[in-house]
Amino acid sequence: MKLYRRPSEFAWWVTNRAYFLFVVRELTSVFIAGYGVVLLVLLQRLAAGPQTYAAYLRFLASPGMIFFHLVALAAALYHSVTWFRLAPQAMPVRLRGRRVPPPAIVAAGYAAWGAISLVVVWIVLRGPR
Amino acid sequence: MVGAAVTLDVFRYRPEQSAEPSFQTYEIPYREDWVVLDALNYIKDHLDGSLAYRWSCRMGVCGSCGMMVNGTPRLTCSTFLREFYPRAVRVEPLANFPVARDLITVLDDFLEKLVRVRPWIVREGEQPLTGGEYRQTPGELDRYKQFSMCINCTLCYAACPIYALEPHFVGPAAIALAQRYNQDSRDEGGLARLRALSTPEGIWACTLVGECTTVCPTGVDPAGAIQQAKLAAALDWLRRVLVPWRNR
Amino acid sequence: MEEHARHDLVIIGGGGAGLRAAIAAAERHPRLDIAVISKVYPMRSHTVSAEGGAGGVIKPNDTPEAHIQDTISGSDWLADQDAVEVFVQEAPRELLQLEHWGCPWSREPDGSVAVRPFGGMKIERTWFAADKTGFHLLHTLFQTSLRYGTITRYDEWFASRLIVDEGRCQGVVALDLRSGRVRPIAAGAVIIATGGAARIFPFTTNGAICTGDGMALAYRAGVPLKDMEFVQYHPTGLPGTGILITEAARGEGGILVNKDGYRYLQDYGLGPPEPWPRLRAMELGPRDTLSQIFIYEMQKGRTIPGPYGDVVHLDVRHLGEKKIDEKLPFVRELARKYVGIDPVYEPIPVRPVAHYMMGGVDTDVHAATTLPGLYAAGEVACVSINGANRLGSNSLSECLVFGARAGRAAATFALEHPPARIAALAAQARDEERRITADFLHREGTERVAALRREVQQAMEAGCGIFRDADSLQATCDRLARVRARLGTLRLDDRSSVYNTELVAALELECMLDVAEAVAHSALARTESRGSHQRTDYPRRDDRTFLKHTLAFRTDGAPRIAFRDVAITRWPPAARVYGG
Repeated sequence: MKLYRRPSEFAWWVTNRAYFLFVVRELTSVFIAGYGVVLLVLLQRLAAGPQTYAAYLRFLASPGMIFFHLVALAAALYHSVTWFRLAPQAMPVRLRGRRVPPPAIVAAGYAAWGAISLVVVWIVLRGPR
Repeated sequence: MVGAAVTLDVFRYRPEQSAEPSFQTYEIPYREDWVVLDALNYIKDHLDGSLAYRWSCRMGVCGSCGMMVNGTPRLTCSTFLREFYPRAVRVEPLANFPVARDLITVLDDFLEKLVRVRPWIVREGEQPLTGGEYRQTPGELDRYKQFSMCINCTLCYAACPIYALEPHFVGPAAIALAQRYNQDSRDEGGLARLRALSTPEGIWACTLVGECTTVCPTGVDPAGAIQQAKLAAALDWLRRVLVPWRNR
Repeated sequence: MEEHARHDLVIIGGGGAGLRAAIAAAERHPRLDIAVISKVYPMRSHTVSAEGGAGGVIKPNDTPEAHIQDTISGSDWLADQDAVEVFVQEAPRELLQLEHWGCPWSREPDGSVAVRPFGGMKIERTWFAADKTGFHLLHTLFQTSLRYGTITRYDEWFASRLIVDEGRCQGVVALDLRSGRVRPIAAGAVIIATGGAARIFPFTTNGAICTGDGMALAYRAGVPLKDMEFVQYHPTGLPGTGILITEAARGEGGILVNKDGYRYLQDYGLGPPEPWPRLRAMELGPRDTLSQIFIYEMQKGRTIPGPYGDVVHLDVRHLGEKKIDEKLPFVRELARKYVGIDPVYEPIPVRPVAHYMMGGVDTDVHAATTLPGLYAAGEVACVSINGANRLGSNSLSECLVFGARAGRAAATFALEHPPARIAALAAQARDEERRITADFLHREGTERVAALRREVQQAMEAGCGIFRDADSLQATCDRLARVRARLGTLRLDDRSSVYNTELVAALELECMLDVAEAVAHSALARTESRGSHQRTDYPRRDDRTFLKHTLAFRTDGAPRIAFRDVAITRWPPAARVYGG
């Protein structure tokens, strides 16, 4: 009996909106990884001495790197937003025998993010003592 | 609307006539409360009796009538023509399954995977029936109820790009049904089932695309089931590594 | 499957009764070779659409006596009381067994199984799994059946003929839909569990597959069909589609009102309307009575006209959104999807639709038919525990009790009577293959399957509906005879082998015609009114002449109708009283 097997589409993630957004979400990891490299190099340059460090800072201020940072920030934000949105699905929380409604978990995620961000901002703006 | 008509473009595959499929176009009367299945039945009853497809309950509970409607996996008994009218409606067999004939797919792979996850109550010792029912509070029932709503329609397999690329993937419905039993307070086979699923073609093939949950007609949330299984499997692994002398 | 497949036990139908039978046989005899043949995958069986629940005595305020009493009076005294006693005794154990197998019965807060009120029952005893009980029951049975390596499934095989040799049933001839090949499957015993036939009517809760195939198989093999005239109309189906709105909606407190917003049932001996809910009264009266009252209301002009005929309103608004979402979520979903009504805010339009066949293949209390080696269980069978009218939630329990009994009895028979002359069995299969080819695949006619099917349905609706008389029934019988003649001029568009669903539709049409003839002729023969069989020309119940079952035997012409006494044990016939 002859079965028909439909050929798989090469551009499967271009034609379908949901698949496209999924691939974009996965590709954000490339930029997060790239930013990780930037940070590691920063540490290495810092350890190598004030001149190397200053040179690296100048490099980071170049238009190309600013652009990279903006893209990486957008990627990180998109990743975080999708992460929070999916959190209640991956980790249902039960309180007193009932499931905590997903919007509450998402809101808690954003609240924690906001709080930690405020703490970080305060530490940074306070400057070194 | 008297006299209104709608166009259906339907996938045809007749292996005895041709090795290649084709599309056939039908003009049928449009009715505001008709679903796609009504349109297919009209074609079969009045225009072309050779159109082959599966259907039965026409109320969204038997899972027979899943097909691709304008590119999306849908139950044709629950998909209204008015959603598309006056545009044409394209009907194809569910994606990611071999086609046997017209709109009929081969479900062997799904059924084999279903058996593989051992979707039944596993217990060390059976309580005799004279002892009455296993007590299960509404809260305990709630922990697996959602996953028990699966009607085996395989829309989730048609929506999953991983299943399309890697046919060995156990798949959303099978894993959700495994979780249904894992979370059932009466079942004792959770750990064995979980460890059997914790493989490259099991839960770890999933990258949380989430389309399975989007297309599921009964709100099972298979994507959620798989992620929860991942967490449980990871914690189990951690426990085995940190406290290896405590098996279970 | 090789050319000459053989198994110890063959079960036709993979729904509630069929799967329960398979598991029972596998448990009783771990080495028995069991086959389940189904024209659809088992999880598509019509058991899946049952909603309300399954009745069984479990609570301390309930007794088997009470359940028996309710069932017998519900049957208008046509049920065989010895069978009802067995059924009521075994039902709770079966439901508990399902629970042990994982069925997600709804629970009380303390974790024990919950029960809800249901029509015609004095005490609450209907176990339920939200309002998708049949779905959960079927999937529990199907998934449990996967554990048994001795159960072989023939999915999407259409059993078109029973093999009878040397006076006993020794297998089936079946069409493999996937390849189109017709094969014999030899067996020591066969169980028919193919469900009902309400698709012989145009408006029905039943899915497409409920075409009476198994009834026709037994009928053609010389087994009588019992009490076929008793067709249950479910009082609350959606207009147009006939989609079922469960009795549980009334069990939870829903009411039925006419165009004046009046709870009309109180005018027909089912009242008083308060207090409500109240068992065995008003909207919790028996289904046949409620459906008949609809017709009376319609004749008085008090029903509400609609695009698909007159309706009444099922109102559950007073239950509140929380209770509806908890106890009737599927009802809410169905109403919103198919009639665009949210039952939380608006009443649901409903009307009686054909739902269940009380009649079927004549069996005894062990699910055995008059043909040795042939058994039947579930809606296809008539034991009879439902008599002239079935109580809601008795049928899921019936599938389990008699499915299990059939499995055990047939398994024992099969071990003692292996199939014998394999060559003779194969010859019957070749015969059937020739018939299918000649009568359908090669016939050059003019009629479409759908046209003949519609004619059967309209004939049944016109003359053999909720109310009948001699003239309307005779007209139906004549119309059916004309359809039978027209079968010879069928023309299929599809002449292929692979998944020829039009051929299956034609074979189903043949079965529907056999069943319809049995229904109409049995109705003509019963000149009394009882339960769901209402003759306007004989409006009284006549126990002196008709405390009997009708038995329809197939002939070359009209069915031959015989009678058999109802088995009365401890409940002598009395007046059937509800309300109060």
